[in-house]
Amino acid sequence: MIVVVDYLKGNLRSVARGLEAAGAKVAISQDADVIVRADAIVLPGVGAFTDAMNTMRDLGQDQAILEAHRRGVAFLGICLGEHLMFEGGEEHAENNAPTPGLGLIRGIVSSMPRTDAANKVYKVPHVGWNTIDITRSDNSAALLEGIASGTHFYFTHSYVAPESAATIAHTTHSITFPSVVQTGNAFGVQFHPEKSSDAGAKVLANFVNFVRKG
Amino acid sequence: MLTKRVIPCMDVRDGRVVKGVNFVNLRDAGDPIELAQRYDDERADEVIFLDITATSDDRATTVDLASRASEQLRLPYTVGGGFRSVQDIRRMISAGADKVSVNSAAVANPQLITSAAKAFGTQAIIVAIDAKHCAGSADKWEVYVAGGRKATGIDAVQWAQEAARRGAGEILLTSMDRDGSREGFDCALTRSVARAVNIPVIASGGVGKLEHFAQGILEGEADAVLAASVFHFGELSIRQVKEDMARHGIPVRL
Repeated sequence: MIVVVDYLKGNLRSVARGLEAAGAKVAISQDADVIVRADAIVLPGVGAFTDAMNTMRDLGQDQAILEAHRRGVAFLGICLGEHLMFEGGEEHAENNAPTPGLGLIRGIVSSMPRTDAANKVYKVPHVGWNTIDITRSDNSAALLEGIASGTHFYFTHSYVAPESAATIAHTTHSITFPSVVQTGNAFGVQFHPEKSSDAGAKVLANFVNFVRKG
Repeated sequence: MLTKRVIPCMDVRDGRVVKGVNFVNLRDAGDPIELAQRYDDERADEVIFLDITATSDDRATTVDLASRASEQLRLPYTVGGGFRSVQDIRRMISAGADKVSVNSAAVANPQLITSAAKAFGTQAIIVAIDAKHCAGSADKWEVYVAGGRKATGIDAVQWAQEAARRGAGEILLTSMDRDGSREGFDCALTRSVARAVNIPVIASGGVGKLEHFAQGILEGEADAVLAASVFHFGELSIRQVKEDMARHGIPVRL
């Protein structure tokens, strides 16, 4: 059973539907006891970093996810769910300090700059279909199997994950940022695979296959 | 590189697509979901369902449409029309809509943009602006509301800037002068707004020919182009439009 973590911020049916289309059994749950026993965990992307983290802490979901992760349970973070994998995030953070995240990967999630190095202005939020450039193919086989650099995915976000050793693909807007990350059995994608047509369905199917193979 | 988007827009009443739809091989040409799936196959980047339901009682049907879409569509979708309050928007987002577009209600109560953006994120809030050229002035456009029936005296460029400042994630800009004309987008209007705001602008109103789409991007400086009847009637396919845009050097997802 793949558990889609519900932190009470929106509709998770499209994520569940995408996983089900790949043949997975899926439960949407806010219950820490259900999350901790999952065969795999998907942390979807709705809402803002600080708000989501506060809710997850109140419900004990953060500890449940970390405990499952220590057992080696596969994990996929989508958009904000990817951001929450990091040490901290600046989105709606209080007291001038980043809000602590799950801490699976080092670094702080920060806002996307509106200009590039040459001072050219870009529109933020970064909304629409953009390509990924697979930069660490050795480690990316599981999630990105059958996906080539240059494939388009649907993005909608104003904050970006930091560079780290976990980056396996990049995307460029005002800056070049990590769009796919992996640490052990935990993956994160900045784009929305459930909204990315055929290419997104392939990524979700890859994750489901990864879970199945254990 | 971020691609420019092509967005088919469907007018929906009581959960059914209105205005003739002329696709062959659709089991049910009036079903918005089936039409949207067809557009997904053709490489549409997202779709918009514009609710033209007359009464608020019938809006339950539209919430139901948003809910079915979340089960069946593999691309982002926006629901527009008739939102009066954050509570209205919440119902639609909870049903699964990726974004909502607000128009008249935002003009009447700009705070609605601020509150909705805070509650659901800027990426979920599109402010739709219907604008009409002011007679005798080269570069002034006035905002109209109530489906284009009521003038407001508000300058369209300034209103777009305020909407962006209040947290709109995108502007859906319709030229009332061009809507239905088949003469192409009002590129002067689109460019004026696109240069004035730091959020994406979707050009709408006036498409009649293939090359109009590329014009909206190159001359109008839009981030996305929207059309309805040319797609619904099968005059142009999304793929054809994107191939033409690519020939003009515009980045698209083919």
